[in-house]
Amino acid sequence: MLKTFPIGGVHPSENKLSREARIEYFPLPDTVVLPLSQHIGAPAVPVVAKGDKVVVGQLIAKAGGFVSSNIHSSVSGTVVSVDLAMTASGLRQPAITIRREGDEWAEGIDCSSELVRECTLEPAEIIRRIADAGIVGMGGATFPTQVKLTPPPGKKADVVIINGVECEPYLTADHRVMLERGEEVLVGTSILARALGVQQCYIGIENNKPDAIAHMKELAESFPGIEIVPLRVRYPQGGEKQLIAAITGRQVPSGALPIDVGAVVQNVGTALAVYEAVQKNKPLVERVVTVTGKPLAQPANYLVRLGTPISALIDHAGGMSDDVGKVIGGGPMMGRAMSHPEAPVLKGTSGVLLMRQKESHRKQPDTCIKCAKCVSVCPMGLEPYLLSKLSKKRMYAEAEPERIVDCIECGSCSYTCPAGLPLLDYIRLGKAETLKMIRARAAKS
Amino acid sequence: MGVFAYTILTLSLLGVLLAAILYFVASKFRVWEDPRIDDVEKMLPGANCGGCGYAGCRAMAEALVREDDISTLYCPVGGGECMKQIADFLGKAAPEREPMVAVVRCGGSCEKRPRTNTFDGARSCAVSASLYGGETGCSYGCLGFGDCVNVCEFGAIRINPETGLAEVDEEKCTACGACVKACPKGVIELRKKGPKGRRVYVSCVNKDKGAVARKSCEAACIACTKCVKACPFEAITIENNVSYIDFTKCRLCRKCVAECPTGAIVDVNFPPRKPVEAAASATPSATPGKVENPTSVAEAPAQTAPEVKPETKK
Repeated sequence: MLKTFPIGGVHPSENKLSREARIEYFPLPDTVVLPLSQHIGAPAVPVVAKGDKVVVGQLIAKAGGFVSSNIHSSVSGTVVSVDLAMTASGLRQPAITIRREGDEWAEGIDCSSELVRECTLEPAEIIRRIADAGIVGMGGATFPTQVKLTPPPGKKADVVIINGVECEPYLTADHRVMLERGEEVLVGTSILARALGVQQCYIGIENNKPDAIAHMKELAESFPGIEIVPLRVRYPQGGEKQLIAAITGRQVPSGALPIDVGAVVQNVGTALAVYEAVQKNKPLVERVVTVTGKPLAQPANYLVRLGTPISALIDHAGGMSDDVGKVIGGGPMMGRAMSHPEAPVLKGTSGVLLMRQKESHRKQPDTCIKCAKCVSVCPMGLEPYLLSKLSKKRMYAEAEPERIVDCIECGSCSYTCPAGLPLLDYIRLGKAETLKMIRARAAKS
Repeated sequence: MGVFAYTILTLSLLGVLLAAILYFVASKFRVWEDPRIDDVEKMLPGANCGGCGYAGCRAMAEALVREDDISTLYCPVGGGECMKQIADFLGKAAPEREPMVAVVRCGGSCEKRPRTNTFDGARSCAVSASLYGGETGCSYGCLGFGDCVNVCEFGAIRINPETGLAEVDEEKCTACGACVKACPKGVIELRKKGPKGRRVYVSCVNKDKGAVARKSCEAACIACTKCVKACPFEAITIENNVSYIDFTKCRLCRKCVAECPTGAIVDVNFPPRKPVEAAASATPSATPGKVENPTSVAEAPAQTAPEVKPETKK
C-alpha cells in the first residue's frame, strides 16, 4: 500500500498530455515584461531606469523587505520602461520592460551543462546565494526560498521534503525536470539539506510517474540521505501539509507552519534553481513551463525566459483556435483563468492550460442538498458548505472558529459539489476578510 | 376540609414570601433608564440600518439622550425633520445636515465599455474583484453583480439590465452608506442631494492614464484638466488621473459639463438647456470615440473565471 495523506482528496482525470514532450529551449522573446511583484511579500524595488543597458542575470530590482525577492533581467538589452504593465489578471502592476538586443550574460555565470556535484560552502553562504539569485517557491506559491531556509529562533528542521508530486492534472514540468535534470535536482536537494543542517531528505513522487520514480531512485543511490518515496495518486498531495503527512506521518497543527513539525518542503523546480544559483552562480531568469490543453496541436514543456509573453508560448505550441474557451495560468484545479494572455511568464508560472469551450463553462449553481461530499473531500477536515455560506453572509467572526483560515484553497470542494456551487469562491473571499480581521485585532492589542 | 384550608394557606404564604423577595430584588437591583430613550426610539424611523454609525436605532436613541451636544449625531434615514423633532423633545440644538444621496460614479454601460471576457464564478462583486480586473478593460468601474443591491435595506438600488450598472432611486435612498461600504471598487459615494435634487459629479473613478482609460471605456475621465480650468469656484481637482468635484464648493454652474470631452461629468435633475446654450456647449472634441469590438475568442479567451475549473468527468 503506497503512502498518501490521511483525509479527503479527489482524483481528477490526469490528462498529462505533454508527459512525453522533452523540455525545449523556447526562442528568446523580443521584449520581456518583469513585474516587481512575482513573489509573496513586499514588491521588489527597481535599481535600473529607463534607457539603461542590461545583460542577462543582472539585478534589476532589489528585494523590498525580509519577505521579498530580487529580480534579474532575463534578457540582454535596453530598459524600455519602468511603469505599470498589464498582468494576466487584467490589473496593471509596476513592472520593468526590457527590449532584447542579442544574448549577453553577466560575468561569472556558468552556462555550461557540466554537473558540479561538490558543495563545501557554509550554510549562511548558501542561503545568501539563494537570496541573491531571487529564488522563490517554483510550484506556484512563490514564497521566497531564503525565508523558508531561515527558521525562526528555537525551531529546527530535521527533514527536507522535495515535492515532485505534481498532483495538478495536465502539468508535467516537474515530471520532465526529474527525468531530464534529475542529477541537478538531487544536488540541489543536498545543498538545501546542507543549508538547513539536515541529514534526511525525501523526494515524494506520485505513482503516475513510474519512469521518474525509477530514474530518480537509480540516481539517488549515489546520494546518501536522499530517499525517493512513491505516493498514491491523490489531489492535493502537493500541498505542503498534505505532503508532510503523506511522507512522515506528521500533522501540522492548525495555524502552525511546517517548520513547527521540523519539515521544510521545496518544489523540484526550486531544487533545480537552487542548484543553478549555488553551483553555477546563475540567478532565476528562466523556468520550465508546461503549455498544454486539448485544443493545442503540440502540448509541450518549454524552458522559458521569465517575462516572455504567454501568448508567444501558446502560438509556438500550436496557437489559439475557435474552440478555446479559457486560458488558465497553472493547472485546472488551482490555476487562475487569464483575461490577458499577453501577460508575461512569472517565477510562479508552472503551466499554461487551454480549455475547450464545452469544458470551460461552470455548471449553473443549484441548491445545496447537504450531501456533505465537500466535507468528505476536504483535505484539511473543514466544512466547506458552512464556510462558504458564512462567507457569503459576511459572518467572518463565526467563520473564524470554523478554521476558515486553514483552507489551502485546493478547490476539491468546488470540484466535487454535485450542485455546482462556487464554494471556494466564497471561502477564499471569507478567508481573506477573516485574515484582515485577525490582523486588525493583532494590531490593536 | 382540613386539607383544603391547609393547601390554600400554604400557597398563600408561599405567594406572599415570593412577592416579598421579588420586591426586594426589584428595588435593590433596579437599573434606572431614562424613559426618554424609549420615546426617542419611537421617533426614529426604526430601520436599524446602522447609517448613523450606531448598532441600530436603540443605540442611537441612547446616544441622543446621553450626549449634551448632538450636532455630530444624525439619522440619514429620518433626515432633518426627524432630527428636529427629537432635538425639540430633548431640548437640545438640532443637528443640521444637507440631505445626501448615494451616487454611482461609473458611466461605463455595456455599450460604452465593451465586455472583453465573461466571469462565470460566484455572482458577487467582492469575489470578482478579489480575483481579477473584471469583465471589461476597465479595472476600476462598476462590476454589476449587485453587492450594493444585496445590502440595501430600502430597495433603493438596482442593476439596470440594459447598462449593467447600479442605479440609485433618489426617492428611496436614505444615504445610510451601506452600499458605499459594500462596493469593493469604491464606485459609490455619498454626495449632497442638492437643491431640487440637482447635482453635478464626475461619473468615473478610472485611475488609468487618459489614453488607457479611453481605450477601455468611452465615458472615462481622461484627466484632460479642461473641467479644472473651466470651474470658476475651484471645486474640481485631478488626482491619480481622475477628476473629482468637491460638492461643498460646487455651485452647479455646469460649465464643466459642457467642457468634458468624454461626457464623464454628469448633471442630473436640471431642466433642459436652452437651444442656444446647448449649441454652444457642443464642443468639437465631443466626438464619440471608436467603438472597440469585444475581443474575439481567437485573439483572447472569452471566458474568464476564477480557479477551480474541474474538467468534465469522463
